[in-house]
Amino acid sequence: MRGLMTVFRKELAGDFTSWRFLILFAMVALAGVFTLYIDSQNILAQAAESNQFVFLKLYTTADETLPGLLQFLNMMAVFFVPIVGIALGFDAINEERNSGTMSRLLSQPIYRDAVINGKFLAGVVTIAIMVTSIVLLVAGAGLRMIGVPPNSEEVIRLMLFLVVTIFYGAFWLGLSILFSIFFRRVATSALASIAVWIFLFFFMPMLAGIVANFMVPLEGAGTEVYLSNLGVQSAVLQASPVRLYQEAISVVLVPGARTLGQTIQILGAGGYRLIPNPLSLGQSLLLVWPHMVSLIALTAVCFAVSYIKFMREEIRA
Amino acid sequence: MSKQLVVETVDLTKAYDGITVVDKLNLRVEEGEIFGFLGPNGAGKTTTILMLLGLTEPTSGVVRVCGYNSTREPLKVKRITGYIPERVGFYEDLTAVQNLAYIARLNDLAEWLIPDRVGESLDTVGLSTAADQKVGEFSRGMKQRLAIADMLVKMPKIAILDEPTIAIDPEGVNQILDLISKIAREHNMTIIMSSHQLNQVQRICRRVGIIGKGRMLAEGLVEQLMKDALGGGRFKVEIQLAEVTSEIVDRIKQIDGVVEVERSGDLLLVGCTQDLRPQIAKTIIAADGSLIEMKIKSYALEDIYMKYFHEV
Repeated sequence: MRGLMTVFRKELAGDFTSWRFLILFAMVALAGVFTLYIDSQNILAQAAESNQFVFLKLYTTADETLPGLLQFLNMMAVFFVPIVGIALGFDAINEERNSGTMSRLLSQPIYRDAVINGKFLAGVVTIAIMVTSIVLLVAGAGLRMIGVPPNSEEVIRLMLFLVVTIFYGAFWLGLSILFSIFFRRVATSALASIAVWIFLFFFMPMLAGIVANFMVPLEGAGTEVYLSNLGVQSAVLQASPVRLYQEAISVVLVPGARTLGQTIQILGAGGYRLIPNPLSLGQSLLLVWPHMVSLIALTAVCFAVSYIKFMREEIRA
Repeated sequence: MSKQLVVETVDLTKAYDGITVVDKLNLRVEEGEIFGFLGPNGAGKTTTILMLLGLTEPTSGVVRVCGYNSTREPLKVKRITGYIPERVGFYEDLTAVQNLAYIARLNDLAEWLIPDRVGESLDTVGLSTAADQKVGEFSRGMKQRLAIADMLVKMPKIAILDEPTIAIDPEGVNQILDLISKIAREHNMTIIMSSHQLNQVQRICRRVGIIGKGRMLAEGLVEQLMKDALGGGRFKVEIQLAEVTSEIVDRIKQIDGVVEVERSGDLLLVGCTQDLRPQIAKTIIAADGSLIEMKIKSYALEDIYMKYFHEV
């Protein structure tokens, strides 16, 4: 245990004093500030329409002129959390190996897993601190700007949002550590992580579309065919942690969201009337529970593979 | 049992994908000695060292370090063993002190002990002036000395140095070798040093083991090995004569200290225990021989080494 704590503390100190952390923090903070600025222009106007969960809108409102792009939650999901996770992990193991510190480290009286556990833990804590401080920063500034304090449910939802985000970051961290074990060169492991990131963000939706069209052709489509096509699409998409995370936070942060995926839009477009009442916290939780479990499971798989590979590895100078 | 065995391997074998890298190696190192582990690149030195530390599992055979089985109880072995890998590295953005303190903490050293212990270690290797400098600014030689300090921090009973003098200039090599033998003396530390540079091993090691293709080819005191390997003595005198007669050969054989005389054409190769050139010259003149040239060759570990590797 002491070995683990020593590695953890050293890695944490290393993470926090590194340039890459400062750069990432600045990036994420900037995103927060911009979102806040644009949000503040809209929230009060919107608050006039519906006065529930005003505070959460800080994190979800989008400017009409930049639709969705500056949505804080989407930016969190799409860019920063994965980048932070990858940046903290892509050279975790291979850099130590290349610079010759690994064999020196492993010749000390510590269990080998202390190294990888300590590194992973330090990364997760770094992500947690970064994400939490940014969210609190936005909350504090927002509180001053709009003057509406969050109610207790909003606070709980924000905390949930943090937890999900940290797990999401942990997934990317685990993935990049995995690559840093499999690839000897730092550049290769960084590239591999980025490749997965690009695949999940850009190609996965296309792939889901292709698979769905193949399985349920849209010729002469009625609403039912269309719906089952969408069903296949979202099933494929849900293999991706990005999608899981996006759906989870949209339910957690937007109490009005009552179902997942595009179905709700279709139903709306199809003339069905939805009662625009927010879901209770328990119901929201119930809705995203599978997502959270899947996210945690994916992280665990990544970490487990890294762990096994690292423990069985031959350590040569 | 005169002295306690610190390191002992019994039929140690390691194979990677069916290729045997270390083959039934029996290594014995006694307490307090500096043992030279010699062999060309790829002979299996590093693999053996890794198995001693429990960083690699042997395919078969047993490794014991101070009575602990390295494969089963690697932590106990690592607690009493200092190791300097071949390409030693440090965290370049940390200072020398920070690097050593990290190692000290990993060894469960009490926090209040660490500054003193780290300071002493840096003092011993002469790096106290660079203590708060980042290791990234260190030269290769400084890093190697820092590696020795790093090993001293944990005060091991045994130190295993894998090619400690590789890629270091001659002056730095001398410094490091002196340092190693000083540490061995002062701390009564057992040292195993691997190298392919024989003259260096010869300088500080009393006993050596020569390994080639994973097998121990010879093991023993340096002088003893020389005697064994060069049945013909330590010096070889090469004599060129205008004409070689058997009388001359017989007379040379009778000189005190000559071990053997070999004849090839008009050349005579005389093996002897010391430099006997004056006596040989006198003998030849006395026997009416006409001496054209006489050269002497002194054997070093290198020749033993070459001899063994030609045999493999």
